[in-house]
Amino acid sequence: MKISCDIDIKHLTRVEGHGNIRIVIEDGQVREARWEVVETPRFFEAILVGKHFENAPYLCGRICGICSIGHTLASIRAVENGFGITPTVQTGRLRLLLKHMETLQSHILHIYFLAAPDYLGVGSVLPLTQSHPAVVQQALRLKLLANDICDEVGGRRLHPTRTVVGGFTMLPDRYRLGQFRQRLQASLADLDASVELFRTFSIPDFQRETEFVSLKGNGDYPFIGGDLISTDGVVKKEQEYAAMTNEYMAEWSTSKLSRLSRKSLAVGALARINNNFAGLLPEAKVIAEELGLVPVTARDAGHGRPSVVRARDGERATGLIPWEPGMAGAVNHNPFMNVVAQLVECVQVVLESIQLIDDLLAVPWQELRQTVAVREGIGVAAVEVPRGILYHCLHLDAAGRIVKADCVIPTSQNHANIRHDIEDLAVFCVNQGKTDKEIELLAEMLVRAYDPCISCSVH
Amino acid sequence: MTKNKTFLGVPVARPKVGFFELSSCEGCQLQLLNNEATLLDFLSLVEIVRFREGMKEASDEYEIAFVEGSVTRADEEERLKNIREKARIVVALGSCACFGGVNQLKNRFHDLEWVKKEVYGSFPIETQEVKPLSAVIKVDLEIYGCPIKKEEVERIVTALVLGEEIHHPQYPVCMECKARENICLFDLGEPCLGPVTRAGCDAWCPSNRLGCWGCRGPAPEANLTRLQIIMAERGISQERMIDRLECFGGFAGFVADIRVKKEEAK
Repeated sequence: MKISCDIDIKHLTRVEGHGNIRIVIEDGQVREARWEVVETPRFFEAILVGKHFENAPYLCGRICGICSIGHTLASIRAVENGFGITPTVQTGRLRLLLKHMETLQSHILHIYFLAAPDYLGVGSVLPLTQSHPAVVQQALRLKLLANDICDEVGGRRLHPTRTVVGGFTMLPDRYRLGQFRQRLQASLADLDASVELFRTFSIPDFQRETEFVSLKGNGDYPFIGGDLISTDGVVKKEQEYAAMTNEYMAEWSTSKLSRLSRKSLAVGALARINNNFAGLLPEAKVIAEELGLVPVTARDAGHGRPSVVRARDGERATGLIPWEPGMAGAVNHNPFMNVVAQLVECVQVVLESIQLIDDLLAVPWQELRQTVAVREGIGVAAVEVPRGILYHCLHLDAAGRIVKADCVIPTSQNHANIRHDIEDLAVFCVNQGKTDKEIELLAEMLVRAYDPCISCSVH
Repeated sequence: MTKNKTFLGVPVARPKVGFFELSSCEGCQLQLLNNEATLLDFLSLVEIVRFREGMKEASDEYEIAFVEGSVTRADEEERLKNIREKARIVVALGSCACFGGVNQLKNRFHDLEWVKKEVYGSFPIETQEVKPLSAVIKVDLEIYGCPIKKEEVERIVTALVLGEEIHHPQYPVCMECKARENICLFDLGEPCLGPVTRAGCDAWCPSNRLGCWGCRGPAPEANLTRLQIIMAERGISQERMIDRLECFGGFAGFVADIRVKKEEAK
C-alpha cells in the first residue's frame, strides 16, 4: 500500500521556542515537507542601540534562557575586541570553565530531558522517574554539578552576575573549586553510565550531505575565539564572520537564515566534531568511536596524547597525523548523531574543566578585573555555545556607546538545514515504508536532534 | 506519574498546572528544571498537564497557569485571553510577564518602524509595543525577577497549593544585602538600585558584587527621590541610573517622570 499522511505539528514540544512541522504525503508522493519558525521577535539588535557598553553583556545574556552564559561571554568578547583588551590568563581560564559548565548543563538537559524520551518511548522525562529512576538521578546529578560550578564561577547559573567587561566582579572560593574538582572526577562514572544508555538507543540511519561550520582548532578543540572553518574548506578570520553567515530572510521564518557554499549549513556539536575531531581528548575520542561517531580519516590518525591543555598553553600537540576537515569519509552527515556528539563533548568539557581547575589552583589569585579603556571600534566575537557557533558584533563610538549591533545565533544558522533535512526525511520515510506515526516521530526527533533554541534564533 | 498521591495515607490534592510562554527567553521555566535537588519533590506537589518545553502531552484542563514572557504580537494576545478563560489562577512568571522585561526597551524609541527596519531591513515583520500580561488580562499573582528565584517560586507554589496567603516583602533589596553583610556597592563606586527595588531575591546580584538592576520592580516603600540624590552624591551619571531603571520596565512611570523633567530643563 502506498503511504499517505498529513502531519501538522503546531508548536513542536520539547524544544526551546516555537516552530511547526508540516508533512503531506499522498500515495507515496511527498506533497509538502516543511519546517517553519513562528517565534515572536524581541529586537535585541535595536534595543542595544544607544546603550553604554556595560549594558551589552547584561542585556545579551537575556537573549537565551539556556545559553545565557555563552551570550554574555560573546558580548564581553565583542566589547573587549572592540576596545583592544586581551583578557588575562586567569580570566580566560575562568571564562572557559564557566562556558564548559554551561555546555555540560545544556547538553545534559537536551540529551536526557528533551531527546532521550523519544528513544525510550515516552512523552517526557516524567514517566522515566518511575521506570528509569537511576537514569533520571544521574542526569540530575550531572546537571546539578554543572549548575553549581556556574553559580560559583559566574555568580548565577542563569543570567550570570559576576561576568563583566575586563574580567570578573568576584572570584570563586578556592576551597570549593577543589571540591568541585572531586565532583567532576566522580561525574565520569555518570558519563560512563550515559554512554551505556546510549548504546541501547537506536539512532536513525539518515544522511543528508551538508556543510558544517565551527571554530577552527589548531590541534585543540576550541570554544572561544579564533578562526572559522567549514567542512567545504572555507576558512575565515573571526572578524570576517559575516562572510561565513550570509544572513537572509524567507517567508517561512521569523528568524534570519544562513548559507555558505551550499543551500544550507549546520552548526553545533556535530559540526565541531566534524571539523575538530583531531583536537578531542583521547578519552572523548574513545567514546566517539564506541558510539559510531568516527570520521574514518581521523581514526587512522590514531590517538594523540591529551593535547587541549598544552595547546592552550601555546604548546602544539605532537604525535598526531595532520588531519584536515573535508577529507573523504571524515564528515558525519547524519543529523541525528548530534546527540551523540553532545555526549562526547560532555566528556571533553568535564576533562578539560578538571585541568582548568588544576591550573587555576596552581597559582595564587591575580587581579580579577582589568581597567577598561574605551575607544571607538568594531568588536567581533565568535564563541562556540552548546548549539553551535555564536557571533556578536558591536560597533562602539568614542564614548563606549553601541552604534550598531548584530547577533548571529547558532539555531538561526541551522533553520535552513533543518528545513532541507525535513524534505529529505519525508522522501526517506516513503522509501522505507514508514507508517504515519513513525514519520511524525522521526520528524520530531530530527528537529530535536539539533537542540534548537528558537526564541534565541529570532531574538 | 500516578495521578493520586497520598502522604501518610492521606490523599493530597494536587492542582493541575500548565506552563506557557509568550515573548521571552524561556529562562524562567528552565529555572524550575534548574532546581535539581528538589525538582522531583516539586513535581509531586502539583500535576503538570502542560509544559511544552519539557513534555509532549498537552491538556487544556488546568487550574493554575504560569505564563512567562510579554505580549508583543496579536496572536499572543489571543493565546493569553484563551489561557485566562481556562485557568482559575493566572500567575505572571518573571519580569517579562510582570513588566515587559528587557523586551520593553524597544518601546523607548517610540518608533516601531525604525525598530523593525534596524533588525529586519525591508523584510515585513509583525510586532507591537511590548505589554505586560496585566495590560491584556487580569493577573492573579505576579512572581518577579529576571530570572525568577526558584526557591521563591517553590515557596509561592506551596502556598498556592495549601491555600495560604502570599506576601511579597515590602522592604527593598538593600535590607537583604545589609543582612548578608555585603560590602555596599556604592562604596565600590558601582551604581545599585538596591535601595528602591522590591526584596525577595536575597540580594542575589549585590552579593556577587554586581549592583542591582531593578529586575523585581519598585518596593512599595521605595524613595526614588532619595535614590537620585544618592546617585548624584556618588558621582554616578543620570544615564547610568536610567539604564538600570528602564531595563526591565518595573520603574517605567518613574523613568518617564525623569525624562519629562529633563525635557523641561532644556
